[in-house]
Amino acid sequence: MTDKKEKIEKTTESRRGFLKKIWIGLGFVALAEIVGVIFAYLKPRKQQGKDESFGGVVTAGVGNDFKNDSVTAFRRGQFYLVRLEDGGFLALSRKCTHLGCTVPWVESEKQFKCPCHSSSFNIKGEVLQSPAPRPLDIFDLFIENGVVKVNTNKKIKRSRFETSQVVYS
Amino acid sequence: MTNNRKIPKKRNFLYHIHPPSISENVLRPTHTWGLGGSALVLVLMQVITGILLLFVYSSEMSKAYDSIRMLQQEVLFGRLIRNLHHWGANLLIVIVFFHMLRVFFTGAYHNQRNTNWWIGLGLFLCVMISNFTGYLLPMDQLSFWAITICASMFEYIPYVGQPVREMILGGPDISQATLSNFYAIHIALVPVALMILLPFHFWRVRKAGGVVEPVGLNGKDEEKQKKLATVPHLVTREVTAALVLIAGLMIVSVFMNAPLYGQANPGLSPNPTKAPWYFSGLQELLQHFHPFFAVFIIPLFLVLWLTYLPFLKSANSGGGTWFLSANGRKTGIAALCTSLTLIPLMIIADEHASLFLYWFPEISPTVTDGVIPFVLVLAFILFFYGWIKRRFTATTDECIQAICIFLLVTFMVLTIAGIWFRGSGMALCWPWEVSINEIATIKRL
Repeated sequence: MTDKKEKIEKTTESRRGFLKKIWIGLGFVALAEIVGVIFAYLKPRKQQGKDESFGGVVTAGVGNDFKNDSVTAFRRGQFYLVRLEDGGFLALSRKCTHLGCTVPWVESEKQFKCPCHSSSFNIKGEVLQSPAPRPLDIFDLFIENGVVKVNTNKKIKRSRFETSQVVYS
Repeated sequence: MTNNRKIPKKRNFLYHIHPPSISENVLRPTHTWGLGGSALVLVLMQVITGILLLFVYSSEMSKAYDSIRMLQQEVLFGRLIRNLHHWGANLLIVIVFFHMLRVFFTGAYHNQRNTNWWIGLGLFLCVMISNFTGYLLPMDQLSFWAITICASMFEYIPYVGQPVREMILGGPDISQATLSNFYAIHIALVPVALMILLPFHFWRVRKAGGVVEPVGLNGKDEEKQKKLATVPHLVTREVTAALVLIAGLMIVSVFMNAPLYGQANPGLSPNPTKAPWYFSGLQELLQHFHPFFAVFIIPLFLVLWLTYLPFLKSANSGGGTWFLSANGRKTGIAALCTSLTLIPLMIIADEHASLFLYWFPEISPTVTDGVIPFVLVLAFILFFYGWIKRRFTATTDECIQAICIFLLVTFMVLTIAGIWFRGSGMALCWPWEVSINEIATIKRL
């Protein structure tokens, strides 16, 4: 008789323990859900890039209008259209790869010089002086019927300059 | 004021966070310097001035800057309120920092007090976040670029850095989303966190039996001090200190204006662009170490070190003595002098030659600028530990304290170098040259 009672108590005890574990488990699931929802809520919204401004496709102009060995700034697109000496095109991001300052082109020295921490880059975007850790990022550039277009939504990080990055008309 | 007023026996909810009686010993101002109380006064001042600013400020990207200008030019006492909020916030960082130092150097952070050390670290984090988010709100050139470079520092943290940065900024660059995020954190998230953490912090002090009691230099208790009623003994002192602090802040705010540069212009970075002054130590590190080490590994080590600190002490250290012992003071001064001579020399040496980069140009800069210097620093700290132990026959506690002082002074030297010795293009120069350059920058913008 007493044996049976003990047995019952034992089973109820473990049942209670089991339920408790389920509650705790459910609590963690709920917590994970809440954290997940908060992160999803705070996730940056995709910026809908309109054409002709940053985040969209910017038409730079007729390719042959740009002189060889020249740099043209596109303020709205936040990039520099570079035409190298051999006539190839590059779209360089104006953001310094060190800490994100806007890098101006200094024509007299033929360099991009960052005013913030004195990194400098050549016309191809290669680092001439650190602390910048890598060349200026480039944007996807394509030429349609002789017109140069830049997709500013597609930023490409690169560790070194390669001839494959240059687009020819 | 009567000295023989009785200690109240009645219950009062306030006694959970403020004691009914206090021992005569801890009333001496040099024991705590009233730093915790001062921090509380400043937080309350920030709440009041912050609410006043809210009535005028507009958190819309296109209107934020104009609303601040309007506040300063058209609202009666608007500039004064902004100055109070600005200088109060900066002073709060300093006071909280010194409060932490006081707690550390009087050894008031182990045993039952270690929870409160961690709560304190949380509160310090809140103050830093609050300052950092508030920095952006005026949306002038100064704030825009300071936040830009600080946010860019996150990019160097592997894997999580880029998403974390985009989440903070609400996109790839500073935009309306950034301003909304910072605004929400500044006026809602941090204040709520403070509302929860502050009472908790005070209550833990009460649970530990009040602030740590001073003991004699040789570690033996001075004779048992008699208890005094908080009213009037403690409260009059607290109110006096608070009034002096508020008056001082008021004087500063009347005569010194919070900076406001031209409206933020994403196309034009000022030269040089500096992080807020409390991060300039970090920015100075960036000049010397590979970014991955400067903004991730080294800060990570420091945070872990600070968190782990309560466990590092041996059991017999009860706390209450400044700098542990006479020997503790000696080793402390040794650490101070070492750092004060070594670090400036290294900063100057590094300015003129990136040695490892120069010697081994073919090895990746992560190794030459990161791994090698970092390992050398660690090795030096270990060597320094051993040297202190042998030279001064110091105890473990004293050695740990010496290391802490070394790191602390190093951090302060880096911060000072970053604020006052970095001019155009972040090159080393004298403080007066820095200020001339700054004036020129303000004029140009």
